[in-house]
Amino acid sequence: MEFNYNLEGGNFSRAGAASSEVKKLLKQLNVSPALIKRIVIALYEAEVNVVAHAYEGVMNVVFDNQTIRVKITDKGPGIPDIGLAMQEGYSTASPKVREMGFGAGMGLPNMKKNCDSLSIESQVGVGTTVTMITHLQ
Amino acid sequence: MTPKDIIQLLDAHCICGEEHLQRNVRNAFAADLMSDVLRVDTSEMLLITGMANLQVIRTAEMSDIPFILFVRGKMVTPEMEALARENDMVVLTCPQSMFKVCGELYKAGLQPIY
Repeated sequence: MEFNYNLEGGNFSRAGAASSEVKKLLKQLNVSPALIKRIVIALYEAEVNVVAHAYEGVMNVVFDNQTIRVKITDKGPGIPDIGLAMQEGYSTASPKVREMGFGAGMGLPNMKKNCDSLSIESQVGVGTTVTMITHLQ
Repeated sequence: MTPKDIIQLLDAHCICGEEHLQRNVRNAFAADLMSDVLRVDTSEMLLITGMANLQVIRTAEMSDIPFILFVRGKMVTPEMEALARENDMVVLTCPQSMFKVCGELYKAGLQPIY
């Protein structure tokens, strides 16, 4: 099964709507609550990152009985130094994002913690693609 | 402890989730930083927060947190309430500071998650 969700940069009232839809799908598939929580927290962190940093993005979700694979592609400023961005506490978030309770530099490390495989590709001035894979069994 | 006990102890106001006031609340976590809440592995806990926006409810939804207590008299918007109701959450508000609320609930036996 494959689903695509459009993500809107800067629109915090919609942030999390896509992750919420994926959560409902996983519940229908009878995935365990603990595993659903891991997956959707990683997705939500990624979704908030797009809303916080990018202009727009797409969340592509592909899953079968074995695996869920999520690719989040955004058009945005990109990440100049991915190693630095992965360091806990490093953040380039705006004051507005911090006022919402995010932007503490913990999103990317938390995404890594909550999926089985995380890869990030980024081009400065173009955008970022984050791919997360988690086994459902 | 139940949400009903919390309401009585703090003279809190119930915004939604009246049908779940007898459920058991075992643990609590207090934070204004949602990034910290998203790192907590425990589900089924009470989130005590002074941050009041839609993303608090979203964070609770993703984290399987069924109970939220807003402190410092924070207002819950209709949009927040609607999302909380959709997710079957109990949402409470009270005017006290977070420090006072945490102290009272801890004294009454509510356990921290770590």
